[in-house]
Amino acid sequence: MDATTIVERLRQRFPAGVVSAAADTADATVVVDRSALVEIATFLRDTAELDFDFLESIAGVDLGEKLLCVYHLLSYQHRHALVLKVELLPDDLAIPSLAAVWPAANWHEREQYDLFGFAFTGHPDLRRIMLPEDWVGHPLRKSYRDPEEYHGIRHDRPSVLAQLQARDARDFPRTPPPAATTPATPTES
Amino acid sequence: MDTSTQRAERDDGRMLLNMGPQHPSTHGVINLLVDTDGEVITRAIPEIGYLHRGIEKIGEKIPYGGFMPYTDRVDYTAAMFANEVYARAVELLLGLEVPRRALYLRIISGELVRIASHFLGTGCMPMDLGAFTPFTHWIREREYINDLTEELCGARLTYNYARIGGVSHDLPAGFDRKVLGFLDHLEPIVDEFDRLITGNEIFIRRLANIVPISAKEAVAYGLVGPNLRASGVDWDLRRDLPYSAYPELSFEVPVGKGVRGTVGDCYDRFVVRIEEIRQSIKIIRQAIAGLPEGEVLAKVPKKIKPPAGKEAFARVESARGEMGCYIYSDGTDKPGRLKFRTGSFSAMCIIEDKSPGLMVADLVALFASLDVVAPEVDR
Repeated sequence: MDATTIVERLRQRFPAGVVSAAADTADATVVVDRSALVEIATFLRDTAELDFDFLESIAGVDLGEKLLCVYHLLSYQHRHALVLKVELLPDDLAIPSLAAVWPAANWHEREQYDLFGFAFTGHPDLRRIMLPEDWVGHPLRKSYRDPEEYHGIRHDRPSVLAQLQARDARDFPRTPPPAATTPATPTES
Repeated sequence: MDTSTQRAERDDGRMLLNMGPQHPSTHGVINLLVDTDGEVITRAIPEIGYLHRGIEKIGEKIPYGGFMPYTDRVDYTAAMFANEVYARAVELLLGLEVPRRALYLRIISGELVRIASHFLGTGCMPMDLGAFTPFTHWIREREYINDLTEELCGARLTYNYARIGGVSHDLPAGFDRKVLGFLDHLEPIVDEFDRLITGNEIFIRRLANIVPISAKEAVAYGLVGPNLRASGVDWDLRRDLPYSAYPELSFEVPVGKGVRGTVGDCYDRFVVRIEEIRQSIKIIRQAIAGLPEGEVLAKVPKKIKPPAGKEAFARVESARGEMGCYIYSDGTDKPGRLKFRTGSFSAMCIIEDKSPGLMVADLVALFASLDVVAPEVDR
């Protein structure tokens, strides 16, 4: 099914759930409302002509004033792809989990929770996955600031080269070159 | 998850064991928390992240052109594919046309690396099960490939070979002859490996009928590549969503048939990889025979600044299955967001749900057969 038809099917079935859609991109792109996300995902998976059985990836994108949660879907049978997007505001990152629709979503969602702080409601095991449990903040957010240290281990260290140069300057103080004197006129012998 | 102290208080005879983070059969720094009742596993929980280097975060701080060496570190056993998928993603963003010769060079180098990666995968599998010799056989052959890539791009593992718009170097003089010579030498060795290992009764008994993954499960959990095909799903990006110059080459896609047990068991995952080595040999021969003349690098703007809000998702068939690279441009010379979708990550995800009821030794077989590479999981 081509991009335009996929977009039309979704618009017809979910007039309120589809916020906006574009069929002129490489893969059809549909922005959906998070309240309809699970319903739309189930529809995409179970409708025979769509048959999106493969959830390829979930990626967060931080745009400053809003965040995107981007789902890449693929149908093995029909060889068509779809990009599903949900827009979220930075102060409200709750989004329904799709782990019950595609089991693959389980880890993808944990990763995006870890790196972006999306709160996937209904997720069976929402824990950090890349970073330690006690890590503070979500590193791929644009507002994230690198921590100074982790459990007393600093993330920066003094430059070894600068230390050596300082030691050299102390131990072997460089004497300024003697002031140039006018060379004596060579006398011929 | 219960902590070990809670478990001790419950005193039900079960044990919570750490397999890894440095266990030899975990192929990198991965921890499997194994809850066992004697030899039988109640649950195995993968804990990952030990090799998380924040490659996606680094990507946001480095201009498009300079990021290529970092992609080598996504999957260091098959770095060529991460190079290629990143280059393809940026090419999609810019709408760049890559010279055909460069596409062929990517295919030749990529298939060589796929062979090298499958050497590791199929060599480690018997090693994890207690047979060390096959590994040495494959490692010996893998050295030849390392020598070839060294001659091609100067590196044995971290190739940094693809460029946005092409590849970094044309073939060195006599390279095609050397590759063909190596393939002539390799083919009988693959057959020998078949006689030595693939048909070995002890090996078959350790793998056949162990942890079969049905086609439905494989798709639902997002398994890709050889793991997916072993479950009987006839899908290969190179053939089914063709990219690069693959449509011009003919090859078969090996699919798991349950030759010695059930479709999708550990043995199928092994056999599919051995067959893929043979198909890659076939592809390289064709690519060298049909290598077009011409440039190897397209004209690329000096400052790469895709329009803001433009995005691209590129896919390639890596040695571990579909590798994806998603880039969201914010209009600057650095990606606004860069994400790698890797095969090992989704393969790890299925372990926890497949583990209940397994013997400890079969968990090792499952883990080995998925051919997981730790840096690709953690990125």
